[in-house]
Amino acid sequence: MTERHRLLLFLAGACGLAVLYLAGIRNLPPWGQYRGPYGDVIAQLAVFQRHATDTVNAITYDYRGFDTLGEEFILFSAVTGVMLLLRPEDGQTSRAGGEKNPASFRDRAALSETVQVLASGVFGFSVLFGVYIGTHGQLTPGGGFQGGVIIAAAPMLLYIAENTEAFRRIVSHPVTEALEAAGAAAYALIGLAALACGAPFLTNVLPLGRTGDVLSSGTIALISACVGVEVAAAFLLLIWEYLREILARAGNAEA
Amino acid sequence: MLAHYPYFIAAWVFLCGLYGIVRSRHLVHTVISLAILQTSTYILLLAIGFRKGGYAPIFADIHPGVVTVDPVVQALMLTDVVVEATVVALLLAMVVKAYEKGGTTSPDDLRYMRG
Repeated sequence: MTERHRLLLFLAGACGLAVLYLAGIRNLPPWGQYRGPYGDVIAQLAVFQRHATDTVNAITYDYRGFDTLGEEFILFSAVTGVMLLLRPEDGQTSRAGGEKNPASFRDRAALSETVQVLASGVFGFSVLFGVYIGTHGQLTPGGGFQGGVIIAAAPMLLYIAENTEAFRRIVSHPVTEALEAAGAAAYALIGLAALACGAPFLTNVLPLGRTGDVLSSGTIALISACVGVEVAAAFLLLIWEYLREILARAGNAEA
Repeated sequence: MLAHYPYFIAAWVFLCGLYGIVRSRHLVHTVISLAILQTSTYILLLAIGFRKGGYAPIFADIHPGVVTVDPVVQALMLTDVVVEATVVALLLAMVVKAYEKGGTTSPDDLRYMRG
């Protein structure tokens, strides 16, 4: 198919989409005049039913908890897929050798001391901020997904500070992989615990606590924390797989 | 129709992403175009749930009973963001492998692929 044919096909498709889309949105309420009942019902009930002030997370981890379980396993299987695809294969001896020999991760001369000092200083702050966002999802905007990504981004500062070896020690540790699996499993186990209590899967069976406390909202806070662990470990593994790819290429180029 | 304009922005972003995929000459460009295409769903979802004068659905500092925007579509959007991140990660890994096996990053040169 030539470039021209492809463009014509795109234009035909775009015209078709325009017709269907116009027909589709014709009967939607105008922007800013939301009238669906579900959002209002949940916004009014979540604080009283679940003692969670962030209704978005009450939906994510409770009302739609089963969907989020699936979403978490999408993340889990995607990370497994990336690790499978980017694994060192037979015949790529230089890459396999590079993994065994930490000397090949030796960094070039540091860019500047300012970058190193700042990165080390911000590292602890980033982890703390990630934990804060991850554990306060039931009260204010945040939650496990957001907090986990912030925590996973913190070790990237080590890479920026040209301390790849420290990054490798954190990420290639077996504990990181175990934490990823444990975080995903914990979500499913919390759902099963409800079954053991005689309630439907993923029912919020824990005491709800006082609205506004960190330890409130029952399983919402707990699931959010488990998701945070899983997401942080999953993104660390993702970043490491790509970083190892870059380092292997750099090593091959030098050799 | 003018009152529906955020829905048109969503369609415009969708078509921009699709156009990028159609005209792509580099697989990384294709993947980023797909990511842009997917952001159109964020605009659509948030536009559907928006209410003029509605507060954010966080009751930490507002009284329960205050009229808010729809939290359901915001939760759906959160799912969307996570799925986009994982899809992009997986596709980029495939791009790395396509380059290793085929020595090319052009979508046009992927003819060596057989089912």
